[in-house]
Amino acid sequence: MTNHDVTNSGTNVTAPPQHAGHGPLLVATSGGWWHRWRHTITINFARLVTLALIVVVWSLISGPVLDPKFFGSPLGVVRALVRWSMDGTLWSNSWTTIKEVVLGFLLGASTGAVLAYLIASIRPLWDVLIPYLLALYSVPKVAVAPLFIIWFGIGLEMKVLLAAISVFFLVFLSTAAGVQNVDSALKDAVRIMGGTRRNIALKVTLPASIGGLLTGLRMSIPYALIGAVIGELVASNRGLGFLINDSSAQFDTDGVFAALVVLAVIAGVLNILVGFIDRIASRWKPTNEQK
Amino acid sequence: MTAVYELAGVHKHFRKGQTELVALRDVNLSVAAGSFLVLLGRSGCGKSTLLNLLAGLASITSGEVRHQGRPVTGPQEGVGYLTQQDTLMPWRTVARNVEMPQEIKGVPRQSRAAAAQELINRVGLAGFEHHYPRELSGGMRRRASLARMLCGNPQTLLLDEPFGALDAELRNELQQQLLNLWDGTGRTVVFVTHDIEEALVLADRVVVLGPLGKIVLDAQISLSRPRNIDEIRLQPGYLEQYAQLVKAIRGASA
Repeated sequence: MTNHDVTNSGTNVTAPPQHAGHGPLLVATSGGWWHRWRHTITINFARLVTLALIVVVWSLISGPVLDPKFFGSPLGVVRALVRWSMDGTLWSNSWTTIKEVVLGFLLGASTGAVLAYLIASIRPLWDVLIPYLLALYSVPKVAVAPLFIIWFGIGLEMKVLLAAISVFFLVFLSTAAGVQNVDSALKDAVRIMGGTRRNIALKVTLPASIGGLLTGLRMSIPYALIGAVIGELVASNRGLGFLINDSSAQFDTDGVFAALVVLAVIAGVLNILVGFIDRIASRWKPTNEQK
Repeated sequence: MTAVYELAGVHKHFRKGQTELVALRDVNLSVAAGSFLVLLGRSGCGKSTLLNLLAGLASITSGEVRHQGRPVTGPQEGVGYLTQQDTLMPWRTVARNVEMPQEIKGVPRQSRAAAAQELINRVGLAGFEHHYPRELSGGMRRRASLARMLCGNPQTLLLDEPFGALDAELRNELQQQLLNLWDGTGRTVVFVTHDIEEALVLADRVVVLGPLGKIVLDAQISLSRPRNIDEIRLQPGYLEQYAQLVKAIRGASA
């Protein structure tokens, strides 16, 4: 009862301090360095042990149990990697693949996002186009590779485009879903404030759809790599996919594994990027879904 | 006494396939400037629909809604609307949310930030300016929404069960805060609720709505102002008026 007595004099409402007796309170976190990082360090250590175990088991059974000619060996893989890094094969081919992935991703993501924003905002256009877009989305990307070879040859462009169309559809569909699922109550709120259509587009639809865009970017990063490598496997004379094909043609199992290891490392780096995007995207999560 | 809102013969139907759902039938109502009007009714009586019509967010099927003498065809200048659900932008901090009405009006960055800060202090959110809505409790989000509505400096406030989802203690506190923010400002308030007590402690005038928005009772509340939520129940006449509202709302649904 006494709580409200002070607040009853006109507009002079006494603002409660930081903590008004309800809701959360902000305090500084405590705990030492080890306390905070214990979990992370343990997990990473366990990961290294797991990797070491696989390598050890592989090298032990390669020879006595498995024929190294078919299954390779860790030592052979290391030798192949050393050989390739000495003569530059590793760097030039990795660089080729990375270039294809990055260019394909940028091309696919930018066109996907821009078109999604345009098409999804215009309902009739969306209704007309969506069955075709979904049909194209479902076509395996490797099936259009021969067409791209006819148009662009077997150079960089074809791989970039294969990566780009894989990325395009994921980014497009995810962004479009973001644009269309914008809470109409938020738009109404801006209309009440006297907002124009332009205000709604820029201050509600655009930021609200960024969650969908980020989801699309996040999902499509691995597909950029898949698209590029598929292109290289179909037809190429450089890149990690080419290295796999080339080693396999020479029956160099260690070489195939070595190229796969490099691909796995690149994929790992890309996944770190995904985690980064995830952290930004969490800001766009709905209001009542905490963490 | 001038009327801020005038409703004459208002009908509202919702089309649903081959049938039409009648939400409001022949509603006639006039809202006096500077008054605190509460629309009281049970769920489904069309009170939220009515508020949407006043806000200009929905179109009427027939009849006329006038705001300041002009027919309502869309959202009106000088009207603030606090909905049941939170409509804070999740990607904006409290401060950036609160200043939004002024941002849209084109008020310069610095002065709108100052206005927002003042309102944030007044609703008791100081210290949480840079938090995102998802980091706030339901009550704090309500405070932020209230501050945002006031930031547009509306002369007419439409509130749709704004405190419905809060616990009783917090509801009392925010009701008091609303009264404090309103007293002496000359603003007109149209407040929708299904809570008889809430209607009584806030209103100058309570309009009880029955099915299809039929006006069952239109009562002036004779409790003195300024009001103290905790003490008002002890005022003479409180119980009689409470009983009158209970009877009206029971009768309406029978």
